[in-house]
Order: sequence, then C-alpha cells, then structure tokens
Amino acid sequence: MKRFLAAFNTTAARLSALYLILFSACAVILVFYMTGSAARFLVNETREAIAEEVQDLGGVYQRNGLRVLVRDIDRRSRRPGANLYMIADNTGRYLAGNVIALQPGVLDTQGWTEKPFVYARFGDDVAVINDPEKAPRALAQVIVVNNGMRILVGRDLGEPQRFREIVRQALITALGIMAAGGFLIWFFVGRRALQRIDRVSEASARIVAGDLSGRLPVSSANDEFDRLSTSLNGMIEKISKLNDGLRDVSDSIAHDLKTPLTRLRNRAEAALSGDPQRADYRTVLEDMIGEADQLIKVFNALLLISRVEAGFSKQKLDEVDLSAIAAELAELYEPLVEDAGMTLVNEIDAPLPIAGNRELIGQAITNLIDNAIKYGCKPDGKITISAERAGGKWLRLAVSDQGSGVPDEDKERVKGRFVRLDESRTKPGSGLGLSLVSAIMGLHGGDLTLEDAAPGLRVVLSFPVSKS
Amino acid sequence: MKVLIIEDDVEAAAYLRKAMDEAGHTADVAHNGDHGYAMADTGTYDALVVDRMLPKRDGLSVISALRAKGDMTPALVLSALGEVDDRVTGLRAGGDDYLTKPYAFSELLARLEVLLRRQNGVEQETRYQVGDLVLNRLSHEVKRADQSIVLQPREYRLLEYLMRHSGQVVTRTMLLENVWDYHFDPQTNVIDVHISRLRSKIEKGFDKPLLHTIRGAGYMMRD
Repeated sequence: MKRFLAAFNTTAARLSALYLILFSACAVILVFYMTGSAARFLVNETREAIAEEVQDLGGVYQRNGLRVLVRDIDRRSRRPGANLYMIADNTGRYLAGNVIALQPGVLDTQGWTEKPFVYARFGDDVAVINDPEKAPRALAQVIVVNNGMRILVGRDLGEPQRFREIVRQALITALGIMAAGGFLIWFFVGRRALQRIDRVSEASARIVAGDLSGRLPVSSANDEFDRLSTSLNGMIEKISKLNDGLRDVSDSIAHDLKTPLTRLRNRAEAALSGDPQRADYRTVLEDMIGEADQLIKVFNALLLISRVEAGFSKQKLDEVDLSAIAAELAELYEPLVEDAGMTLVNEIDAPLPIAGNRELIGQAITNLIDNAIKYGCKPDGKITISAERAGGKWLRLAVSDQGSGVPDEDKERVKGRFVRLDESRTKPGSGLGLSLVSAIMGLHGGDLTLEDAAPGLRVVLSFPVSKS
Repeated sequence: MKVLIIEDDVEAAAYLRKAMDEAGHTADVAHNGDHGYAMADTGTYDALVVDRMLPKRDGLSVISALRAKGDMTPALVLSALGEVDDRVTGLRAGGDDYLTKPYAFSELLARLEVLLRRQNGVEQETRYQVGDLVLNRLSHEVKRADQSIVLQPREYRLLEYLMRHSGQVVTRTMLLENVWDYHFDPQTNVIDVHISRLRSKIEKGFDKPLLHTIRGAGYMMRD
C-alpha cells in the first residue's frame, strides 16, 4: 500500500493528476453547456409546433365556428403520436381531448404556460398528477373562447428531456472512461518513474556504502533519466579516481612515514635491550637524529608542496635569469655528479629572463638533477641541462639523463605525491621530488613534462616568457 | 655569552636553556612577547632567540620595536613557517637570521655564534689565518706554509666563509645559504663533495688537518 501510494507521489503522477482535474472541469462545463443548449433547442421547436397548431386551429374556429373546432380537436387528439389537447368548460371541467387532468391553475391564464406542467393522458390514471416524479410534463398554450370555454394545445416534453438525459449519460460515460484511463496511465507512468528512481536510489545507496565501482543503470531509451544517470556516472568516475589517488597517497604516507618511524623505534629498542655497558649509545642516537631529520624533510616537502599549490607569493615573482640559476646549480652539483662517475654539462649560454621565484626554481632544478643522479645513473653517463625558446611564448629548460627513462604509461603518474616506480623503491627518496617540481611549475604558470631522450629521460620545465 | 630566549613553549624553552648552559652560555627565558620585550629592553644580552608566534605580542614586532629604539642586539628568529617569503619578512623585520622549526640545536648554536662574531667586527679583517693557512681578502691569495694554493672562485668563497668563522661550527645549510645563496635543504651530500675537494687542495701534502668534520653538525676550521 505504501508503494502504491508512493507511485502517486512522483512528479509525473502529480502532473497527470493536475491534467486530470483540469480536464474534468472542462468536461463538466461541456456537459452542462451541451445538454442545456440541446434542451433549449428542443423546447423552442416544441413552442414553434404548438404556435403553428394554435394558428391552424384559430383558422378553423373563425371559418367554421366552435362546433367544428371541437370536432376537429377531438379528431386530432385520436391520431397516433398526437399533440396534447384539452377542452374544458369555464370552471375547468373536462369536456373533450386527450388530456384528462392537469396541474391545477394551468387553465386560468390565457397564453403560454409559464413553466412545464404536470398532466395525465386520457386513459391513464388521473392520480399521476399528484406524483410529480412520475408524471409527464408538457408545454402548452391556453386559449379562452368567447363563452368561457378553455382550449389547451400542448406538447409533451418527455422527448427533449429524454434527449437531454441521453446526451448527459453519454457524456458522463465517456468522461468516466477517460478519467479511468487517465487514472491508470497516471498510476503506471508514476510507477514506472518510481521504479527507475528506485533503481537509481539502490545503485547510489550501494555507491554510498563504499562500492565506488558501481554505476547507475542507463537504459537504451536515452531519456531524461538516462541523461541524468550518465552525467552522474561521470561524476562517480571522477570521485572514484580522486579516491584512488587519495588512497594511493595515504598508503604511501603510511609506508613512507611509518617505515622510518619504525626504524627509529627499533633502533631505540635495540639499544635499550642490548648490554647497557657496551651499547654505543652515541652512534644509535646520531642515527636516530639522522632518521628524524629525514622524516622532517619529508614533512617539509609535503608542506612546501601544499603551500606552493595554494599559490603562495604568486604576486612576488621577480625578474630572474633562468640561465644564471642553471649555471649556479650546475656548479653546485658538478662535483657530486663527477663522484657518481658521470658528467654534468650545462649547454645554456644565453640569458633567459623570466618572471619567477629564484629559490623555488632552484629547488625544482635541484630535484631534477638529484633524480638524474639517482635514476639516470650509468657509467660515463651524461646529465645535460639545456634550454630552448619554443614559439616565442615559452622557454623550455630541460634536464636529460641517459638512464632507463620512465615508461610512457607512468609519465603522468610519477608527478603525483609519493609516487615511486617499483624499480626505484629500493633507492632513498620520498617520491615527492617531481610533485614539488610540478607544483612549482604550476605556480609559475608553466608546465612539467617528461619526454623520452632515447635513451634516458628528458624532464622539461616550460616557463611562459615574461612580458617585460 | 648571555642569551635571551623568548619562546612560549615551556618545554622547548627549558631544553634550549639547558643546552645553552651545557655549551657554556647563560640564558634567560621569557614566555610571551610583552615580557620578552621588557627583558630585552632592560637587560644586557649578547643575542636574542625569538620565536615568531608568541602570545600577546608576536616575535617580529618585538624585534622591530627593539630596532626602532636603536637596540641592535643580534636576533635569531625561530619559526614553524619556513617558506622563502616568510624568511624574507622575518629578516626585513630586523631579524639577523632565520631558523625553521624543527631545528637541530647544533644548527641554532652555530648560527648564534656566527651572529655574535659578526658583532665583534671580524667582517672587516683583510686577512684570515688558521694555523699556517693564510687567506688574503684583498689579493684573493691563499697560501699554506708559503706555498700558493690555486682555488676556483667558489672554492675561494667557501674557504673564506669557513676561515671567517674559524673555531666555530659551520653547518651545511649555512654554507648553502652563505656561499651559494640558496635556502632549501640540499637533498644529497652536495656540500660534502665541495668540502672534500677543498680539503684535498688545502691539506694534500700537509700533515696537519685544518678543516674538520663535526659529526652531526657540520664543519670547523681549526688549528
């Protein structure tokens, strides 16, 4: 019952209910108008027929006198389907005709009867005139002749009334059928809408419960429900992706922060459980400080990424020379690269003015060189810093190595926080380097792209050329 | 050296004071900005360690108020805010150095001692000497036991900074800041490599080491 009622509590059902009510109102007006005008038409017809006959009988009376008139009326009243006739004396007593009794007072006034009146036909039970429900009604003209005799000529109103009744019945039946049809359609349309809504609700309930792989049902009809479901599915897809990303990050946080924390704890525990006399507390504590420093670095990097992503000091970008920063960092890193058995070549030879933050760009290039040393490692390998102008709008600074590169499918992914490719998990690092670079490039209105240097990886920082 | 620590975290302040005592200095502690300002204004301190976020009056306003009265006591700002623009605001307000929390005490101490030395006018000397190593700031000549040593410009600046602060611990971050002018943490041992190159140039062929590695802190030039 609740579901049945719920079917009516839908937009479709409410709309059809509204239409049904409007339609019924129009139909009722129509019924009254049609039956009314049909009845008026028939009454007018009746009056005209009576008037014609009265004129006819008037002629008879003038030509041949009363006697012939009475005989004529008597003859006319015996015909099958005859009109109504009554001849009465001056007191209203019946003399001749096919009407034997009348509603009292009808004969008192000459001319048209004001309203339809009740009468009894010759041969019928006279008492019928006391029963206004059953008695037939008629319309008539009363003529008072010279000697006080009254002549009534009328016509039964049964036919127009029956006609009106039939029209009304027919209309009511037709409207009833239509109403029932509308009601059924209302019910089924409402129920169908409700069923689809229910399916969507069930699907979304599953999704809310945590099953983000679920999707809303889409039928082949491509109606408004399907369009809505399709766009909602797109939204769920996006949420699901973000959720996956978030889970990856929290998994990585758990791993990348828990691992050093665990090591920290284990070291303290091991130092305590060993021989307190022989334990080299100093070394243990120094190691622990180193471990803690690493953790702090990870936190600092995370904080810096969020601050850079939030766009801090965007208004404080100064005119800086990219080539100078590159040269300084090349100089800073050159000995380290050499110690790793590789060479660092800085190919930039012309000034590259851009609007930027020297510290952050320095940090970004540092991260790229760090990565090149860690992952582009190869005996006698070469790390190259180069720059080019692209189409007058962009300055592209590239750091290339000759290592194993990054597979195409991972080139976007490695920019994420804590993302480390499986091969690099064994090497030290936080997985935050490239995401910091990406955030820094975002702050500068630029872009970070990873390209294939064949062999090796080329990381390109694209800066917009400064306006001034 | 007598230091005033203005820090609202009671435990951190107590730890700092104790560490200062152990390093042979004396330290007073103030726990809010107003109190700290009053103590700095009336007392005679060699250096101030000021937390940036303090109750009642923030650290930077304490320092700028002191500077406005002509008090130039070197001040080191401590802050949980460590970004480039925060550092710039901190230094513009009159702070002499800026250190981000969490910090190593050795780093704090090294920076404080450098600040004090700056007060004593070492900056103006034209010739630095550690043992038999001599650096002439006018001719940019470096000699050890009268033997000329050829250095790259950056190596010269590195050595100059180390010798200016001889007898003091100089941390890797301080070197990156002062010799290269970058304020981020070097992710790898970039500085160590430069030091070892410099060391091989000034110590090769000589018995006595002058450039010492201080474990867990940094480096020190010492006879």
